[in-house]
Amino acid sequence: MAHKRKDMLIDPLVDNNPITLQVLGICSALAVTSSLQVALVMTIAVTLVTGFSSMFISMIRNHIPSSIRIIVQMVIIASLVILVDQVLKAYAFEISKTLSVFVGLIITNCIVMGRAEAFAMKNPPLDSFIDGVGNGLGYGLILMLVGFIRELFGSGSLFGITVLPTVNNGGWYVPNGMLLLPPSAFFIIGLIIWAFRAWKPKQVEEREYKIQTMEAH
Amino acid sequence: MENYLALAVKAIFVENLALSFFLGMCTFIAVSKKISTAIGLGISVMVVQSITVPANNLILTYLLAPGALAWAGFGEVDLTFLGLISYIGVIAALVQILEMVLDKYFPPLYNALGVFLPLITVNCAILGGSLFMVERGYDFGESVTYGVSSGFGWALAITAMAGVREKLKYSDIPDGLQGLGITFITAGLMAMAFMSFSGVKL
Repeated sequence: MAHKRKDMLIDPLVDNNPITLQVLGICSALAVTSSLQVALVMTIAVTLVTGFSSMFISMIRNHIPSSIRIIVQMVIIASLVILVDQVLKAYAFEISKTLSVFVGLIITNCIVMGRAEAFAMKNPPLDSFIDGVGNGLGYGLILMLVGFIRELFGSGSLFGITVLPTVNNGGWYVPNGMLLLPPSAFFIIGLIIWAFRAWKPKQVEEREYKIQTMEAH
Repeated sequence: MENYLALAVKAIFVENLALSFFLGMCTFIAVSKKISTAIGLGISVMVVQSITVPANNLILTYLLAPGALAWAGFGEVDLTFLGLISYIGVIAALVQILEMVLDKYFPPLYNALGVFLPLITVNCAILGGSLFMVERGYDFGESVTYGVSSGFGWALAITAMAGVREKLKYSDIPDGLQGLGITFITAGLMAMAFMSFSGVKL
């Protein structure tokens, strides 16, 4: 049992990553990654919300009529997100300003809904909690990876601490401003997916059309 | 009038919900394989967006904002913290109502859009539109404009994306990039193209 739970936590990190394989929760993955600190806060927020919403939904799963389950899930998730939002506003106001609407958008983050619907409705609370945390961390892994690349090469720093001294401040590194702009996030995620699939060829998608080779005739 | 036009241009091109704020990306990637379905979804998003943003604006002004409940005798109450849960409630309810109305009075339209409507409740572009409206403090007229034009911008982006992907499936793509990977890179290139609008001001 303990072994199975460990798998549930580790599995979503690479083998079944919510972003690169299940195509869930991409919206915020792209928008909040221009600096590592913001990405870290977002990771923590999403992990907590996914974990606890899965747990609460799983606790009452036998009492939810299936016709209104989406609304019930929404209410639980929205309440948790409000909690996160209020805490961030109280203790990390600057970061909450940078995240702006994206904290609220955790409600419609497909990872949270997806795990509630696919896992928490069928499994006991503790398992659901672990599954939620695992998926939150899988999401966070990609977020941190993208944030790392964007902040390091875009502004030459990590967590706001200068690593590559930029030319403007008398150093040698010419920052690549493109990495701070939205399109770079798309490219980086695309390349991360490529890297993941080169590492785990099982994840490669089937082609719709194959190019015919001469030998086939 | 002029500022409404400027707001519309800004919402459609410069601050396109899909390509510069990455909202509604899940559906943007998942439902952009065929032009016809993409147009259907785009129109549904536009319709829902143009109803929910003004509706949430009214709810904010008359129920949630500090002092908004003065008409009911609760002048000092501030309910803004309930914002998130009310907006998503309004969106879910409106989508449900829209679905029923379309089913009853406009069956052909319902058959065309029906499958997409439930998807829209969890589309971040819709909730995002409402949240941007709150954050930027639009009044009622502005939120109507913003709702329609941001929905249109999203529809434009997904249709263009579907057009690119319909051609893309015939091309020879490295194995690892097949499917999701190349879609992201395409979206990135489109986002770069849309960035060239960023200097446009009216």
